Amino acid sequence: MKRWLFAALLLAAALAPLPAHAVRPDEMLPDPALEARARDIGKELRCLVCRNQSVDDSDASLAHDLRVLVRERLTAGDSDAQVVAYVRSRYGDYVLLRPPFQRDTWLLWGGPAAILMIGLWGVGRYLRRQARMTGAPPLSPDEERRLANILDGKPPA
Amino acid sequence: MRRWLYLLPVAVFALIAAGFYVALGTDSEALPSALIDEAAPQFALPPLPGSDKGLTTADLKTGVSLVNVFASWCVPCREEHQVLTALAASKRVPIYGIDYKDKGETAKAWIAELGDPYTLIGADDGQVGIEWGVYGVPETFLVDGTGHIRYKHVGPLTQADVDKTLLPLVARFEK
Repeated sequence: MKRWLFAALLLAAALAPLPAHAVRPDEMLPDPALEARARDIGKELRCLVCRNQSVDDSDASLAHDLRVLVRERLTAGDSDAQVVAYVRSRYGDYVLLRPPFQRDTWLLWGGPAAILMIGLWGVGRYLRRQARMTGAPPLSPDEERRLANILDGKPPA
Repeated sequence: MRRWLYLLPVAVFALIAAGFYVALGTDSEALPSALIDEAAPQFALPPLPGSDKGLTTADLKTGVSLVNVFASWCVPCREEHQVLTALAASKRVPIYGIDYKDKGETAKAWIAELGDPYTLIGADDGQVGIEWGVYGVPETFLVDGTGHIRYKHVGPLTQADVDKTLLPLVARFEK
C-alpha cells in the first residue's frame, strides 16, 4: 500500500512540473492584466546572455533589465507590438525566439514543408510505378491453351 | 536508366557538408548588431564619483570616436585595458567609456590602478546598455563624426583587432 502511494506521488510529481520562471516578485506589476502581457512578451524574447532561454526564464542580469524595461514600457502605455519592436531595434531579429517570416527566413519556415512535398512526390511516384507493374497483360489464346494443357497434366505444346 | 538520380544523394550530401563547413567555421558567439549604420542612441550618463562630466550623445558628434563598454567586474575588460591605454596614448582616436552596471567607487579604483584611456566616462545602471544593444561586456563601438554607429566589436579587443580592423575603419570614416 505504501509503495503504491509512493509511486502515485512520483507520477504526480512527474506530471505536474511547475513552470520555472525567473520573474522576481519585486519586478511584477500590480496590475495583473499588464503583468500577464509582460509575461507573454517575456516568453517571446531571447536572453542574449544565455541564448537558449527566454527573458522570462533567465536569471541573467540583462534578462532582469529587459523584464523591467518591458514593464516600464507597458506601464507607459506602449502596445505589445511596440515593446517588441523596440527591443528588436536594439538587439536585432535574434532576440525574437520565434523568427518572423521574411526574406532571410523563408528557407527556415518553408524548408520543412518543401521537404515534405518532395517526400510525398517520391512516394506518389513509387506507388504509381508499383501499380503499373502488378497490372500484367492478359494471356493470349495460345498461352491459355498451353496453360490448360499443363493443368490437365498433358504436354504443354 | 536515369543514372543522374543515383548521384542526387551524393550531391545533396556535398551541399549540406559545404554548408556545415562554412557555418561551423564562423564565430556564432558574436551577434550582428542591429544598430550598424543607425544613429547612436540618445543618452545622458552621470560621471563616476570624483569627475564632473559624464557622457552624452552630443559628445560623440565631434568626430570619429570609439565607445567602449566596460566594467570593473568584467575580467576580459582587464585584459583589454592595456590595448585601450596604448591606443589612447597614440592620440589617434578618442575613446569614450560606458561603465556598465558597476559600483562607482570600484570603477574609480579600477581606473586608478590600470590607467585611464577614456576621454569621458559615463556610469550606466544598465538602461543605456540596452539602448546600445549591449549583451556582454566588453563591447566596443565605432561612431563616426555624424554620430552614427559604424562598427561593433564584441569581446576584448586585441592589438591585432585595433591595427587590422579599428584603425583602418577610423581612417575610412574620417574622410
